[in-house]
Amino acid sequence: MSVVEVLFVLLGIVAVGSALLVVTTNQLVHAALWLVVCLGSVAGCYLLLSAEFVAWVQVLIYVGAVVVLLLFGLMLTRAPIGASTDLDAGLGQRAVAALTAGGLAGIVITALVDAFSGERIDLGGDVSTGSSASAGSALFRGWVLPFEVLSLLLLAALVGAIVLSRRDVGVEPEAADGGPT
Amino acid sequence: MPLLMPLLVAALLFSIGAYGVLVRRNAILVLMSVELMLNAVNLNLVAFDVWLRDALLSGQVFTLFVITIAAAEVGLGLAIVLLVFRNRETSQLDLLTELREEPSDPAGVGTAAR
Amino acid sequence: MIPVVVAILAPALAALLGLGAGRRFPRLVVPVAIAGSAVAFLAALVLAARAISSAPLHDRLTGPTVPTGTFPFGLDVRLDGLAALVSVAVAAVALAVQVYSTAYLKGDPRYSSYAALVSLFTAAMMLVVFADDLLVLLVGWEVMGVCSYFLIGHHWEQEGARAGAVKAFVVTRLGDVGFLFGIFTLAASVKSFDIERVQAAALHGQISQSTATVATLLLLCGVVGKSAQFPLHTWLPDAMAGPTPVSALIHAATMVAAGIYLVARLYDVFLLAPSTLAVMAVIAAITMLGAALAALAQDDIKRVLAYSTVSQLAYMLAALAVGSAGAAAFHLLTHAAFKALLFLAAGSVIHAVGTNLMRDMGGLRRAMPVTFVTMTVGLAALAGLPPFSGFFSKEAVLAAAEHAARGEGPVATWAAWLVLVTGLLTVGITAAYATRLWLMTFFHEARGPVSPHEASPAMRWPLLVLAVPATLLGAVGLRSSWLPGWLGLDESLRPGAVTAALSVLLAVAGAVSVALVWRRAPATDPSGRLGRFRPAFARAFYVDELYDRVAVRPVRSAARAVLWTDDEVVAAGSLGSGRCAGRAGALLQLTQRGNVQAYLTGVLAGIVLLAVGVVTLT
Repeated sequence: MSVVEVLFVLLGIVAVGSALLVVTTNQLVHAALWLVVCLGSVAGCYLLLSAEFVAWVQVLIYVGAVVVLLLFGLMLTRAPIGASTDLDAGLGQRAVAALTAGGLAGIVITALVDAFSGERIDLGGDVSTGSSASAGSALFRGWVLPFEVLSLLLLAALVGAIVLSRRDVGVEPEAADGGPT
Repeated sequence: MPLLMPLLVAALLFSIGAYGVLVRRNAILVLMSVELMLNAVNLNLVAFDVWLRDALLSGQVFTLFVITIAAAEVGLGLAIVLLVFRNRETSQLDLLTELREEPSDPAGVGTAAR
Repeated sequence: MIPVVVAILAPALAALLGLGAGRRFPRLVVPVAIAGSAVAFLAALVLAARAISSAPLHDRLTGPTVPTGTFPFGLDVRLDGLAALVSVAVAAVALAVQVYSTAYLKGDPRYSSYAALVSLFTAAMMLVVFADDLLVLLVGWEVMGVCSYFLIGHHWEQEGARAGAVKAFVVTRLGDVGFLFGIFTLAASVKSFDIERVQAAALHGQISQSTATVATLLLLCGVVGKSAQFPLHTWLPDAMAGPTPVSALIHAATMVAAGIYLVARLYDVFLLAPSTLAVMAVIAAITMLGAALAALAQDDIKRVLAYSTVSQLAYMLAALAVGSAGAAAFHLLTHAAFKALLFLAAGSVIHAVGTNLMRDMGGLRRAMPVTFVTMTVGLAALAGLPPFSGFFSKEAVLAAAEHAARGEGPVATWAAWLVLVTGLLTVGITAAYATRLWLMTFFHEARGPVSPHEASPAMRWPLLVLAVPATLLGAVGLRSSWLPGWLGLDESLRPGAVTAALSVLLAVAGAVSVALVWRRAPATDPSGRLGRFRPAFARAFYVDELYDRVAVRPVRSAARAVLWTDDEVVAAGSLGSGRCAGRAGALLQLTQRGNVQAYLTGVLAGIVLLAVGVVTLT
């Protein structure tokens, strides 16, 4: 077992463990913080898989932007600080969900093991596959059109988020009292 | 490195995310669980990309796209959650049951047919 | 043969025009109806002239053949003396009735459909008369039944008319079931529906006696229903709820005689089955005596005539039973004349007085001289007083019965004796009820509130015209080259000396006894002297009540049971299944609690289960 593999296993354990804590902790803010740990360790996994650019984008956007956004959301919905007892659904729902999720994991893992056991990723040789240079050239050569479409999508999401958060959009001034408050 | 390693991690992450989506009552926590599932997919994409040594780097580019879309999704989702919270003073998913069918009198079906 | 087709099609065309355009052009209704009947009458006259000039006539027109898969039937018509003479009677009465109806039903809102239905009836009767195929005959037979139904129910606003129409339809239909199977039996044994071939097969012994007995007994069911003989006679008195001209045409002169005509048509087959003839004799004896007794106690003038029709039809059936088709046809013709006359005269009386009940009449002799004279002629013919037509035809029947009683007929002598004795008895009773009707209606003083007046010309003239054959038609039987010759029969229709003397004696005795009873108390009903028997006679021996107990009420309760089953079992079943579905839906509704995560769990669990299934099963 090489160093890379050992590191990957450790990072994987951290990622899975912190993900478990995200879905089981009874403190809202802790969940967000455990999410940071999980996303960070996934970024580490990307690095180990030699996808360098993707790893940094993960750190920047996920850990930097998305989690901060989620924390803002928690604050704006007046989430309680400290432990709360009603974060999870009832026991029956939890049992069924656990069973379903376990079954899902079992199925997927069975299928993966059945299909890919023995396959190996060759990490030696050309290390530049995931570098910024190669990712940039792939993005702006082969994938430039989807990239531009994506920019349109982001614009639409931006406008949508603004429209959703503003209180006075779509409501006539005189009918404002009849609209949502 | 065995291909199975990142795949197993991704599968577990995905199942944990699914569990969170099904169990968490707070809408923001559900969004976090969705992020976990998206990450599992991303990990898969990258792993297969590296394994296949794709010339166009499709897996990694797709991962970038997914990350971007996830960011947009989180933005919109949070806007919706805030709107719901503003209107209903709650972001508990199981309290948003406006669209359920109101229970009706089962005997009324028979008498209506007469 | 063209007049035959004309005689059938002219009234049919008139009916079509009347039904199709009668409402839109009300002024055309009367001319069209009368023209249809008049053309048919002229055609019938031409045919009769041919039949008389070249007797015995036997002619047929072969129409197109209709394949049925087994035995084809042909649209054939046939002309012989019987058909020609009967068609004249039908057309004459139909014409008289159409003319009479223009005045009788003046201002009736449904006159146009009435006239069209009478025309249709005439066409159907012509079809029956001329048809040379059993199935074609059946078509005319049933169309007549339908016309009868509609015309009895002409005043459908009245409960009695509706009930009478339904009763007539159902009762005759009951007989027609047997009739249909009789036709099938005959056709199955002869392999043809052709009447001529059936007759020929019967003559040449190709029909076994048992087949003939079965077939004729089944046919007799239809005859008994159509000709209102016991036990299916009950519809005819109730059919009097229809307009009086209809009673004259359909329920006295023509349709009810169709049964007799049919037997005469298939007479060779009937002659093969002596047991059927014996049954006919018994039926005829019961019917003629019972109906005459019932007529004695009726208060409704039309019901008196209806029961007398039943009784006179029984005479025809009796003539057929004792082996004299000639006497039956003779009585059919004279009866058509005098009974149509009687009904039309009764209609004139009813029109004038405004009631059917004889207790409200009386003293009409002076107010309505024409009606009085013509009705007297009709009643004398009915009672069988010489020299009126009824005397000769009835004598022909009695002479034939006497002939058969001496063992020279096709039927057993006891049956012939039965017919002879009841026939003679009935002559006396007939004279009695005819006298009663005559005295109560025209003599003493008026009992009704209205002052009667003579009928209008359109009603008077048919009476006068019909009075002529009612008086004179009896003479055609006097010489064997006349009526028997025209019919192609070599039998004598002359009155026998003994029976004639006896029946005149009995008729006079019946009439005189009623007159004596009446003289003592002219304002009252002579039938009051019947004492304890009067209710039984008036209710026609409670046959209707018996049928009500035996048939009508069980059917009604069965219908109620069916209704109950429908309500409580079938409907409850369907409603119950609806409620079951509703409850199941409500059960399913319990899962629809609006919890998105529960739905999602369901979806995901389903996917997992499917995947597990796929993995483990493949």
